[in-house]
Amino acid sequence: MTPYIVLSSILFTIGSVGVLTRRNAIVVFMMVELMLNASNLSLVAFANQNGNLDGQVAAFFVMVVAAAEVVVGLAIIMTIFRTRRSASVDDASLLKY
Amino acid sequence: MTAFWILAPIMVLAALGMLFIRKAVHAAMLLAVVMLSLSVLYLVLNAPFLFATQIIVYTGAILMLFLFVLMLVGVDASDSVVETIKGQRFMAIIAGLLLGSIFVIGLGQISLGPVVGLDAANANGNIPALADILFSPYVFTFEVTSALLITAAVGAMVLAHRERLEPKPTQASLAAQRVRDYADSGKHLGPLPTPGVFARHNAVDTPALLPDGRASEASVSRVLAARGTVRSAPAMADDIAEIEQQIAGAHHAGREASTPASTEEEAPA
Repeated sequence: MTPYIVLSSILFTIGSVGVLTRRNAIVVFMMVELMLNASNLSLVAFANQNGNLDGQVAAFFVMVVAAAEVVVGLAIIMTIFRTRRSASVDDASLLKY
Repeated sequence: MTAFWILAPIMVLAALGMLFIRKAVHAAMLLAVVMLSLSVLYLVLNAPFLFATQIIVYTGAILMLFLFVLMLVGVDASDSVVETIKGQRFMAIIAGLLLGSIFVIGLGQISLGPVVGLDAANANGNIPALADILFSPYVFTFEVTSALLITAAVGAMVLAHRERLEPKPTQASLAAQRVRDYADSGKHLGPLPTPGVFARHNAVDTPALLPDGRASEASVSRVLAARGTVRSAPAMADDIAEIEQQIAGAHHAGREASTPASTEEEAPA
């Protein structure tokens, strides 16, 4: 049981470091997906541990939210790319000044 | 547990690869590895419905969406290595190590007890049991999810929509433009020659031959020309003299044979 949670936390940590370090907006988005997947793994593992299916339903809802989030997020990235010809998160700093 | 000990190192290595690899397409492929391994782990953890959903929704839909957007944005849009905030990468790694150690210490503190397992809950099958939960205690959440999905779909359409700034060109205006181009620059009015005309192959990469045996560049796609995969027309036309001789011979023979017929036809006129 514990190995699944450890694996989940390792994946979550890698995902969070990736969000902080990567520059390409699409790769940052993939890292967010990795974090969501890691949390899904722990939810499913705890469902198995406790013997009820609430964790699996929660993981299912996370998948639905992730799908909606990816659609809107990638549309935003496309819009930014269309106007600025770049998918780097550092270039979108117009609000800074 | 065998599946776990095989897949866990693969997943961690793939996730670390996502962290360090330069090209975004490779990162997407590694993410696919992580997601597919995760689906197998779901199967091990008595979640067959989530196993299928993980493959269909995550690997099938979401990852393909990522790849589509990558292709639209350009696959060569790689990461810049320059740090805009000084020491940000170092701080991020420190924060990651801290987060990881918090997780490890926290997991060391807990005792989970024996695994109950889902055999009792899945007695009538995993999917009916999930449906019972989804449509009784979580039914309001389920309904709210539909609102979320509608909002996401409308939002994506609004973001992707572009107003047309000028009216759509009609057939008449296109024809007028073509004639104007002919008047201005002498551009040919008709359609471009198709590939392979007068050549001995009609593949798209074979340029059409002009009457004097030269290749017509207008007959092959610009993309093929830029890639350099257009076949050389002279190689196709190296025996043009021989063919011309054959044609001349046939023409000569044909004229002799058809001469009486033509005179007969002309006679009544």
